Amino acid sequence: MRYLPKSPSEREQMLSALGLRSLEDLFESIPAAHRLNRPLRLPGPLSEMEIIEYFRARAAENARGYTSFLGAGVYNHVRSVVTDAILQRGEFLTSYTPYQPEISQGTLQAIFEFQTLMCQLTGQEVANASMWDGSTALAEAVLMAERVTGRHRVVVARSVHPEYCQVLTTYVRNTGLAVEELGFTPSGQVDVEALRAAVNEKAAAVVVQSPNFFGVLEPVAQLAEMAHEREALLVVAITEGVSLGAVRPPAEADIVALEAQSFGLPPSYGGPFVGVIATREKFVRQMPGRLAGQTTDHQGRRGFVLTLATREQHIRREKATSNICTNQALCALAATVHLCLLGKEGLQELAQQNLAKARFAQAELEKVPGVKLPFAAPSFNEFVIELPRAVKLVNTRLLKEKIIGPLALGQFYPELAKRGLVCVTETTPRAEIERLAAALQRILK
Amino acid sequence: MYPSDYRYTREHEWIQVTGETGTVGITDYAQHELGDVVFVELPKVGARFAASQAFGTVESVKAVSEIYCPVSGEVLEVNTALANAPETINQDPHGAAWMIKIRLANAKELDALMDAAGYQAYIAEKQKEASA
Repeated sequence: MRYLPKSPSEREQMLSALGLRSLEDLFESIPAAHRLNRPLRLPGPLSEMEIIEYFRARAAENARGYTSFLGAGVYNHVRSVVTDAILQRGEFLTSYTPYQPEISQGTLQAIFEFQTLMCQLTGQEVANASMWDGSTALAEAVLMAERVTGRHRVVVARSVHPEYCQVLTTYVRNTGLAVEELGFTPSGQVDVEALRAAVNEKAAAVVVQSPNFFGVLEPVAQLAEMAHEREALLVVAITEGVSLGAVRPPAEADIVALEAQSFGLPPSYGGPFVGVIATREKFVRQMPGRLAGQTTDHQGRRGFVLTLATREQHIRREKATSNICTNQALCALAATVHLCLLGKEGLQELAQQNLAKARFAQAELEKVPGVKLPFAAPSFNEFVIELPRAVKLVNTRLLKEKIIGPLALGQFYPELAKRGLVCVTETTPRAEIERLAAALQRILK
Repeated sequence: MYPSDYRYTREHEWIQVTGETGTVGITDYAQHELGDVVFVELPKVGARFAASQAFGTVESVKAVSEIYCPVSGEVLEVNTALANAPETINQDPHGAAWMIKIRLANAKELDALMDAAGYQAYIAEKQKEASA
């Protein structure tokens, strides 16, 4: 039988197997008021040529010739055609979750390599075979901290990506986990004194991001020490993976929730991306998702299998560690290929370029009368600027000059309406940074 | 095979009672059904459980299963040796692989459990169902 059976005779066959006469009988248990009694409102079918024309027209709506200074969790980085060439191999592109090692060695090995790379980058001992994205990885990391500690309260820095916080709030809305916010200092870092007061013996975890949403690096080692004093875990979110080419890995953290989009995945309107949870080996049985593991077959040859999957939903049902079952194998493969192409030195060089460009942009923008750099703490490739008027209004003017300006922070932090988050990567030409500075100078005059 | 001074549950745990203390583990039938045990998660001393409440999990290469408390009581002792040697559960399920010792809250609950002969008849029935 086909995977999507729809012929009348196939329907008949299935209904008679169930001892039913009509489709109506099948849906009888659903109250009539909740049943759809009309066809779905969908456009009619299109021919192949019409479909191609439709998508060409949509593609033509893409903005061309604009320079973007947006980051905030999604980053524009160089990608290689090699990545796409490997992704498009049918063996990878069309294969499903590798439950059966006897037919999935390539995919399993790719996942194993991915996990290894993620451990090396984050300074952690184990990394899972990927999550949906950074935000769901963070939410799962918090639930994991709750399981590890048996405590039901988490302290989350306000400088964690606000949309990650929204995903977390959605996850825990009905679970009885209390989420407490923690403010930031005038330098843009977590308020360490407030943290000391907030972390008590009921706290399961302290959750920070580094570089944080304002691009500022957090003192991870110090925060870990404070969390550990109260036997709470430190969860560190990372939205910009490239920072790990320049910044010390958060080895002191207990759980790292990483968004790996920066490694070979285009921004593509917000997804699909790939998240990672990396942690200490002693917490591995509380980790969501599964691991690919290396083993030997009965002839002593190296092979790969899914391990720790016994705690997941296809076996454990409602008692599963999490409901993340399918991983983002293709996106994880893209990250693996991209990182292997870059190599250790390549990643360091890439990070240095980002750092240098961001420092140049900071210096250029600071020269513009009226522009301030409010946060003094060290940053990576993103930083906050303060303008004499609302960023939203200034951005409207910049857009007319084909510049997509800084992210207006007022949409997430009402008190920061005059502050914007600027992102500069290796893809931002120096001339465009100068053009932004010149445009701001004109607009703010 | 199944000690006559133990009592057994339908979920395949055993309990051996000395005075007010019960020692709890899983049966040989259970370890055989699970296959190679790779990990066991046990409660802390002082934890209290009601009869039939899950007090831990046992993970084998095939599955993760709950272990249920045969009677209600408070955990007095935990077999910490199992953490590093979970294979003991396969090797000596009725002896060295005991999991917890509990102080019985209500000794009458033991009456609801099966004796060795009853349990053996119960699993014989299970095996017959499985092969049917």
